Amino acid sequence: MRAYLEARPRPSRLAVWLAPLFAAVATIVVGFVVFSALGRNPFAALHAFFVEPIATRYGVAEWLLKASPLMLIGTGLALAYRANVWNIGAEGQLTLGAIAGGGVALAIGDAWPSFVLLPMMFIAGALAGMAWAAIPAWLRTRFNANEILTSLMLVYVASLLLSWLVHVPWRDPEGFNFPQSKMFDANAMLPILLPETRLNASFLIALAIVALAWLFVRRHVVGFEMRVAGLAPSAADYAGISLRRTVWFAMLAGGACAGLAGVGEAAGPIGQLLPSMSPGYGFAAIIVAFVGRLHPGGIALASLLLSLLYLGGESAQVHLGLPSAVTGLFEGTLLFFLLAADVLVNYRPRIARAAVAT
Amino acid sequence: MAPSPHDTSGAARLPRLSLRGITKHYPGVAANDHVDLDVYPGEIHAVLGENGAGKSTLMKVIDGLVIPDEGTMRWEGEPVDFASPAKAHKRGIAMVFQHFSLFETLTVADNIRVALDAAHARRLAARIRDVSARYAMPLDPARYVHTMSVGERQRVEIVRCLLQAPKLLILDEPTSVLTPAAIDALFAMLRTLAADGVSILYISHKLDEIRTLCDRATVLRDGRVTGQCDPRVETTASLARMMIGGDLPHPVHRAAHAGRAALVVDALDVPASDPFGIALRDVSLAVRTGEIVGIAGVSGNGQKELLAALSGERTVERSEAITLAGEPAGHLGPRARRVLGLAFIPEERLGRGAVPEMSLAENTLLTMRAPPLVVHGLVRASRVGSRTEQTIERFGVKARGPGDAAQSLSGGNLQKFIVGREIEREPLVLIAAQPTWGVDVGAAAQIRQTLLDLRERGVAVLVVSEDLDELLEISDRLAVIANGQLSPAKPIRETSAEEIGQLMAGTGTREPQQAAAALVP
Repeated sequence: MRAYLEARPRPSRLAVWLAPLFAAVATIVVGFVVFSALGRNPFAALHAFFVEPIATRYGVAEWLLKASPLMLIGTGLALAYRANVWNIGAEGQLTLGAIAGGGVALAIGDAWPSFVLLPMMFIAGALAGMAWAAIPAWLRTRFNANEILTSLMLVYVASLLLSWLVHVPWRDPEGFNFPQSKMFDANAMLPILLPETRLNASFLIALAIVALAWLFVRRHVVGFEMRVAGLAPSAADYAGISLRRTVWFAMLAGGACAGLAGVGEAAGPIGQLLPSMSPGYGFAAIIVAFVGRLHPGGIALASLLLSLLYLGGESAQVHLGLPSAVTGLFEGTLLFFLLAADVLVNYRPRIARAAVAT
Repeated sequence: MAPSPHDTSGAARLPRLSLRGITKHYPGVAANDHVDLDVYPGEIHAVLGENGAGKSTLMKVIDGLVIPDEGTMRWEGEPVDFASPAKAHKRGIAMVFQHFSLFETLTVADNIRVALDAAHARRLAARIRDVSARYAMPLDPARYVHTMSVGERQRVEIVRCLLQAPKLLILDEPTSVLTPAAIDALFAMLRTLAADGVSILYISHKLDEIRTLCDRATVLRDGRVTGQCDPRVETTASLARMMIGGDLPHPVHRAAHAGRAALVVDALDVPASDPFGIALRDVSLAVRTGEIVGIAGVSGNGQKELLAALSGERTVERSEAITLAGEPAGHLGPRARRVLGLAFIPEERLGRGAVPEMSLAENTLLTMRAPPLVVHGLVRASRVGSRTEQTIERFGVKARGPGDAAQSLSGGNLQKFIVGREIEREPLVLIAAQPTWGVDVGAAAQIRQTLLDLRERGVAVLVVSEDLDELLEISDRLAVIANGQLSPAKPIRETSAEEIGQLMAGTGTREPQQAAAALVP
């Protein structure tokens, strides 16, 4: 007797899409067990985690607000991951986007009207995110340096750069020595979509990027070429698809999306520059990209799920006195079950019978 | 009734391996349908059949890679279970695959080491040199596999098997990458092994070879055994009937008139791209419309480098060194050369000629990212689909439709698809590398006929192949590549297999040098 996995000749498309759903359900089951083990009523805990945060209009607005950066970054990363380019440094690219966008806002102040200043901030943010992503892209194409390591290391460089800026040159002189910039002027703030909430126009930008990416991967020949480069580099050579261009495009697309997300945070819910501009959206977006099957539509849904986990974690802290680490726990559990489900989508477990003599 | 394992008197006739009723279903197909097979010690046993007949599945069952749905296996009389490859190796079963299972980033010695038990792995480099020298298969243990050609990689596989002192050696289409002389050497080696009591399972569809080499043959068709015979007393035609259920197709070679030179290579020099690579020196060649020029040679003599330079995957220093349709093309990449009318069929089907995971429709797009399939950067999915359907239909590709993944097709069918796809582009120049390597007879004949038809339609065709019979059959003129140098292309009537063989081995001094180097302690 021997148990083994046999590759399925053709994984079912339905199963590919059901896998994230299965992972979500399994994650909730694990949550049930964990809450029970912690001595909390699991039903009340799950209610506090998954229902309470979005039971109000304000809650729904917060849900969409937090989903926006995840959606934006996840979409950009998925383009790269389809091409087998592993940009892990979106958090740093987001930080640079926030620095550049925030820098423009602080420098211009109320000198420009909003409809000029905000686009300038987004352009600056996208360019800064791309510039930060260009470093690993260049190292990869020039020296064949692994972009997983270089992009990840640059996250910490970006975070220290921001920290220096808000501690020294950009510190608010009237801020009681707190490491933070001045608050942005009103014309540098994104318009609010729902009155009396924090939901702002960055959500619309995220939706627009998702739609563009959808068109790009489904219809555009460069989207196809990037997939070829990711799946079979030799076939890309044969077809005359430049791997170098693919790496550049993939890294820059991810950097631009993360940069936009950084501006969205600075000019949205935060309204100034702080030592940390994101609770790890750049890393959570990696999970979003995979839960969403690297597909823009899936990523839009997955970003809602991850956003709910963020809100649930906060709610669990407030209502249940659980540590904020519980959000990370759920993220990890979700990814774990997703990867496990993917194995079963692509392979079929079999048990071999011992052969008998005739 | 099965013989008792303790019956010593019958030991001589006790099969070393005995399979009964092996059945393996894959979704939609029965790869093996109640297959029986007995292999005796010291016997060279042919398993004959077209691609897709179930040969590979059966061999994988023996090697422990595939577990059948039904059936039993006995090893030296004892019933055994269908175990893992590791257990099969412990029993003394070794297999040389048609698709090599080597790690490209490791050296020859490391590749062999990972496959061996610790007991076998001692003093490995020296033993590799011993075995490879004894069987006249020169191998440098320190060389990296990714720098080696298909033929050289096969040597690694064979030497790896021999180092395990196997009792049953399985060879899957081993001669498709060898010169006539090397084939003779391989056969001599196999006969020696058989005389030492090793059982050999020889998988092939080359009927002449089987008749020369094998003592017995089991013929498979559509997963079932359709014949058991002594190939030495059969004719090629009778074997073919058992194998394909009909007579062997023969390509029709009509007279055609060569026109202007469509592809001209003029004094092309390409430096070696890595320390083990071959440099091309002063290569000149002209292929005219309406003719087929063949390039023969043992793999690893510069074919890979020449093909990369011709396809544009590697651009060359002097643009005029390669002229395509009258335009200097040496500086152009693959895309620009396609625009000038070049089509290229690469040696590796999966992973280069086609993306394994992608559908046939997407693979059509691979070499046709231009109008009408792509307009203003946008892919016209319906046009891609109908064009793919057309290719599938015209070239008799066995596939359910354009949505099938390339990897779900058999080797022969995928090659038919790739050949069809490139021909549908209506090229001026077609370059084909090993167009029928590992392809079943039916498909191979069809592909050769397609190339001949193209020639008649006025396409300039260049075929680089290690299958000399194929080249002699279809080429108008033939050149030989050896050690990075190309002999002048001679009309086929003015040359002979012997002369070609001498050019392949004689001027190609690389191999004897390597062998000598390998023998220096």
